[in-house]
Amino acid sequence: MRSGDPELSRLVERVQSARAGHIALDIQGGGSKHFYAELPRGEPLDMRPLAGISSYEPSELVVTARAGTTLAELEAVLAERGQCLAFEPPRWAPGCTVGGMIAAGLSGPSRASAGAVRDFTLGLTLLNGYGEVLTFGGQVMKNVAGYDVSRLVTGSWGVLGAICEVSIKVLPMRPAVATLGFSLDESTALARLLTWGARPLPLHASAWLDGRLTVRLAGASAAVEQAGKELCAAVPGGELLGPQAASQWWDSIRDQHHPFFALTAAERARGECLWRLSVPSTSPPLALAGRQLIEWGGALRWWRTEAPAAVMRAAAADAGGHATLVRAAEKRAGAFAPLGASAMRIHRGLKAAFDPAGIFNPGRLYAGL
Amino acid sequence: MRAIASQADFLTALARILPAGAILARREDTAPYECDGLTAYRESPLCVVLPDTRAQIEAILKLCHAQGVPIVARGAGTGLSGGALPHPRGVSLSLAKFNRILKVDPLGCTAVVESGVRNLAISEAAAQFGLYYAPDPSSQLACTIGGNVAENAGGVHCLKYGLTVHNVLGVTGFMANGESIEFGSAALDAAGLDLLSTVVGSEGMLAIATEVTVRLIPLPQVARCIMASYADVESAGAAVASIIASGIIPAGLELMDKRMTAAAEAFVQAGYDLEAAAILLCESDGTEIEVEEEIGRMIAVLRESGATQIEVSTSEVQRLRFWSGRKNAFPASGGISPDYMCMDSTIPRKRLAQMLRAIEGMEQKYGLGCVNVFHAGDGNLHPLILYDASDPEQRRRCELFGADILETSVRMGGTVTGEHGVGVEKLNSMCVQFSGAEREQFMRLKAAFDPAGLLNPGKVIPSLQRCAEYGKMHVHHGMLPFPELPRF
Repeated sequence: MRSGDPELSRLVERVQSARAGHIALDIQGGGSKHFYAELPRGEPLDMRPLAGISSYEPSELVVTARAGTTLAELEAVLAERGQCLAFEPPRWAPGCTVGGMIAAGLSGPSRASAGAVRDFTLGLTLLNGYGEVLTFGGQVMKNVAGYDVSRLVTGSWGVLGAICEVSIKVLPMRPAVATLGFSLDESTALARLLTWGARPLPLHASAWLDGRLTVRLAGASAAVEQAGKELCAAVPGGELLGPQAASQWWDSIRDQHHPFFALTAAERARGECLWRLSVPSTSPPLALAGRQLIEWGGALRWWRTEAPAAVMRAAAADAGGHATLVRAAEKRAGAFAPLGASAMRIHRGLKAAFDPAGIFNPGRLYAGL
Repeated sequence: MRAIASQADFLTALARILPAGAILARREDTAPYECDGLTAYRESPLCVVLPDTRAQIEAILKLCHAQGVPIVARGAGTGLSGGALPHPRGVSLSLAKFNRILKVDPLGCTAVVESGVRNLAISEAAAQFGLYYAPDPSSQLACTIGGNVAENAGGVHCLKYGLTVHNVLGVTGFMANGESIEFGSAALDAAGLDLLSTVVGSEGMLAIATEVTVRLIPLPQVARCIMASYADVESAGAAVASIIASGIIPAGLELMDKRMTAAAEAFVQAGYDLEAAAILLCESDGTEIEVEEEIGRMIAVLRESGATQIEVSTSEVQRLRFWSGRKNAFPASGGISPDYMCMDSTIPRKRLAQMLRAIEGMEQKYGLGCVNVFHAGDGNLHPLILYDASDPEQRRRCELFGADILETSVRMGGTVTGEHGVGVEKLNSMCVQFSGAEREQFMRLKAAFDPAGLLNPGKVIPSLQRCAEYGKMHVHHGMLPFPELPRF
């Protein structure tokens, strides 16, 4: 990142004066994730002017982009060279940015097989609460020099600083893709996913909703074809979906424009919420009221429910995971699962280490951070 | 040290926690713990403790915390950067007795193991279920998962399957003050900041791991390895970039130069082409049909990039023989030189040939030989500088040679350590890679986990004073002080 960049200098000045005046800053990209996490507060710090792909070398499998670059632009540039973001980050609105993708740390349908955003974050430049522009990690695949700040910042919801630029590992697109559909109840679908997951099959994504399991295979064409035939034959009624229908389906899950994820004003008013439960894939069906969509081979369970927060949090914790309140009329119960005392102490220490004046996205992750 | 009365009092207090035999304090007993795999650095600890319960670890940490005694965690001691080098006033905490595999879950494809379990033992326990643990550092027979977590260890197959950080779901252990803590979970993510990613690769500076939950993956049906010879290192380096550019992610992609090949061949008789200037090992794994298709594509790219000879393994025995030389590269180097120093920087792949040429120049400049083995697919270099440690002059030149390689790597857009860690060995080079503000940020991060600074003090992050002195030394040796390095 060039230190003389006028946009960067402007941001540094904003941060320095915010620090001096104890002014909260709400770091903003495309604003597509405003509804997620706790309510944003503070003066907007618009990262979008800091945009553009700084370097891209397909043979190095690395792209470096500034925070305000739109995901649409980044993915288009990668697609021209037959490469992609293997973790399929959600695109909840057209203007969503690379900085927001890293700050939110959310991954899409392929997460269980391909890895999460943080697995592909190689390095980043961070503007911390001292107004310092710092670079951690780099553009190479293997790097253990110093603590892994890049991955710590990934998914931090901006509480440690403003992401200015990031280097991401990219991968070639899979040569062949096929989507299969099966009619299976929840427990049978979960059992099938576990059995298939323990075998060397080119499983790439899965989604179960309303008694229907869809599975995406991706990899070498011969392997996808072979596995497709085998899995279709293993479950009566198993069928291959057409490519267009399949791609629309996966986009609707990845980008959450499937109606399952939307709550009307009336539904919110009567207390219906959207919950994200991240649990071990081996967790049996959760005995909860509401409607469910399961991803990641059983490890991610979305619930639309009016059940109280305590019930949802306990169900996730009992299973060995955690529950996030994603959409709701209000989030008094906290968007994220509460932390233990030791973990919270480390979080507070990290906040103080990066942003001692507490100016960046205060309260967006947890109260007091 | 704050309240401690004397070493004797401290040992008496330890004896209330641990049985006799689990505390080593006499010089002759602590001697085996004086160094790790980086034998050039040695230090005698205050004592070595070998607890075998979590309650004992908790009590040891609380005692040390109360008395201000440093703690240096230690697995098998195979680390190559001095990360487990004892502290002269500290306790070396061996996790050797934490060697139980607690659970293998064949359905969820995970295993929960104690931190002293050997890397290879995990895969051996998982094999009956058709699963294995992917990261495979060359020392996998001996090194422990706790050490792998500390160093974010890689291996020859991490190009396709990732490093330790990509294959660990959770770490359970203790903070410096003896508080129990859990990072990550059995799910694919955890609430809050990603502390797990921060702890992995933190070289024992942030917490002590006692249990690790790892991800297991299905054993591939078949793996085959191509051995390709090249008449010059440039075409071998270019072949590596071409393979990746063609959209293939090999299961392993390694490069050895001529002298390394000769040393390895003499050591294990792997069947290497001794005439080649460089050889590549390029592996494909998966189902029979996938591997056949991919091997075909690999051979085409390797031929086009000028391979003079290509051999494909036709049996598992032959495949393992191809790899045996590579996996024994370090001991083989011990056979051709009294001592060697292994470097570990990473550079963009396209710079491989340029780096090999630069190293040739350095051999002349420092008057020492160097053999090269690279995790070429990741751009991770392991040049082995050959020297005689009993000769102080050679040792001095060796250190300068090593620093030159690391700093050249940083100038090429790389990093001073890819998988071995900073430890004590690369402290000076950290001054070159990171600015003062970045190093201070690292120190504040460390303090968030370990405010008293008792875990592995003096490692990983150099003090500002040390960097200032190193800057002056550079000028003294007539090298550039690098005031304005390109950042990346």
